[in-house]
Amino acid sequence: MTDTITVPLTDVRVARAVELVWREAELLDRKDYLVWQELYTDDARYIVPIDPDTEDFPGTLNMIYDDARMRAMRVTRMTEGYAIAAVDAARTVRTVSRFVPETVTDTEVVLRSAQVLIAYKRGRHDIWAADVRHRVRLSDSGDRIAEKVVRLVDSEDAVPAAGFLL
Amino acid sequence: MTENIFADAPADLVLADRVAGRLYTDPEIFEQEMTRIFERTWVWVAHESELPGPGTFKSTYVGRQPVIVSRDRKGALHTLLNRCRHRGASLCEKPRGKANGFTCPYHAWSYGLDGTLRGIPYPDGYEGVADKKDLSLRKLRTESYGGMVFATFDEGIEPLADFLGDAKLWLDRFMKQGGGYPIKVLGKHQFRFRGNWKIQLENTTDGYHFPIVHRSWMASVDAETADMMSFMTDPAAITHALGNGHSVMQMVPEHSDLDADDGSEPLQARFDHVVAELSKTLDDAAVRKLVRAMHGTGFNLNLFPNVSMSAAFFRVLRPISVDETLIEHIAIGPDGPPELDVVNRERLRIHEHFQGPFGFGTPDDAEGWDRVQRGAQAAPDMPILVNRGLGREKDDEHGWPTAHVTDETGMRAAYRMWKQMMSDD
Ligand code: FES
Ligand SMILES: [Fe+2]
Repeated sequence: MTDTITVPLTDVRVARAVELVWREAELLDRKDYLVWQELYTDDARYIVPIDPDTEDFPGTLNMIYDDARMRAMRVTRMTEGYAIAAVDAARTVRTVSRFVPETVTDTEVVLRSAQVLIAYKRGRHDIWAADVRHRVRLSDSGDRIAEKVVRLVDSEDAVPAAGFLL
Repeated sequence: MTENIFADAPADLVLADRVAGRLYTDPEIFEQEMTRIFERTWVWVAHESELPGPGTFKSTYVGRQPVIVSRDRKGALHTLLNRCRHRGASLCEKPRGKANGFTCPYHAWSYGLDGTLRGIPYPDGYEGVADKKDLSLRKLRTESYGGMVFATFDEGIEPLADFLGDAKLWLDRFMKQGGGYPIKVLGKHQFRFRGNWKIQLENTTDGYHFPIVHRSWMASVDAETADMMSFMTDPAAITHALGNGHSVMQMVPEHSDLDADDGSEPLQARFDHVVAELSKTLDDAAVRKLVRAMHGTGFNLNLFPNVSMSAAFFRVLRPISVDETLIEHIAIGPDGPPELDVVNRERLRIHEHFQGPFGFGTPDDAEGWDRVQRGAQAAPDMPILVNRGLGREKDDEHGWPTAHVTDETGMRAAYRMWKQMMSDD
């Protein structure tokens, strides 16, 4: 384990993680969910918690708490054409930046970032701001996301019901 | 309804089988609803488990007015307007917590848990001009039934138990999903939609939309769960109007009274791990009770005007403006020893699967409601139909108007109450 401060963003391991996170952001904005799903390891969790401080995701109520099975069903829902919220989903443009490597080893990078997403639907722009944490598993056969936690700044407040993913 | 509905009084816009679209779009009607309905009836504010001990509180709303629900040292519940008596600052901006009282951050007037004004800093300026005993926080009448806490601005209104009337039986049944334990709140989802509150009120008793809007959710659950929800063609699945605008929609009649169990219904295989875990400490009957209630009760109890006790959660609506409404979906589960954690975790996952801003069901509902609001802008004089099943609606042996679960019996009941309250003077 290397100390946060001393690992520069130019470290090749960190750069690989950043690249993956950016690639994910673009896939989500393009709503290319089938490809997006492949970015995740089989044991990965994709989580949007409500409680801003919790790490006990299974023990609390979340907006999203997806294992591989739920992720697969979610992708089906987003792509099958029967979910009216997904069919008429907002168009989104997101920026992920302010990267901070939290821990870096040769096999795993934990990367914190800020995500600002603008969603446009029916004459209205909504802002979704979040702190994000990716656990990226590095491997010669392809880097994958092993965990993603999206903490919305307004997670404890009422957010619009969404037809897209964060 | 006359030719020109804009000349009609609000109460004339509701007929037995239809309501005017203007009901969703007219800001004046909305203002009247806030005073004639939300300030004159019992409005749900909390579940008692959200106020577990002395000094615990929750902030919420009655209609559009912010309130604090608190429990004092003797255990009594209070609903206090969240507004300082000095110059009106809000006293509490925390959604929930524990406190000895409330001190205003502006000039530090301090109030007890029951709203009594306790202290004014530098009180000499008030000598002869104000008396502390006249300056307690404004308090709403607060009563609870079966753990459900309601408040009202109307001091003269009938007791809560009378207002609930025949809904009490169903409320008692709803609480049986604790499987022998009391019910507690596990967490909540909140979201907004851009539509009138009555669109949501109607939806809590709309069985008709389910297989259409929730096709994507149906496709994602196991066959047993989907089968349980196949009430569209089940003649035993019925809706009753219970009086005072309340109604109950029985989607899974065999789960209407969870105590009525002849043991023949197999437990769903998806809960095998829960059964295995619970069986370490509980006997078979106790395990069966908890697992059979995993999806809640087989009905939605809709209480006019703002809360629905829906299958396995509470659905609460809060009107914000004529075309914006906030919804809470409150997850509940049995309040018991840590051995029940496995039950509550599973219940959280079931809740997440359907509810919330990213659930497999809620966003589709919200899209439907959004569209009702948008569509109702077109010809607001055209009626919204609530006539489904009118021809097959009959009083049952309790005198409850009853029709199929896909019929609009519950909506008609709510609008009858709406009409009565809006025409009362
Ligand atoms: S406004 Fe509350 S003390 Fe002055
Ligand atoms: Fe629905």
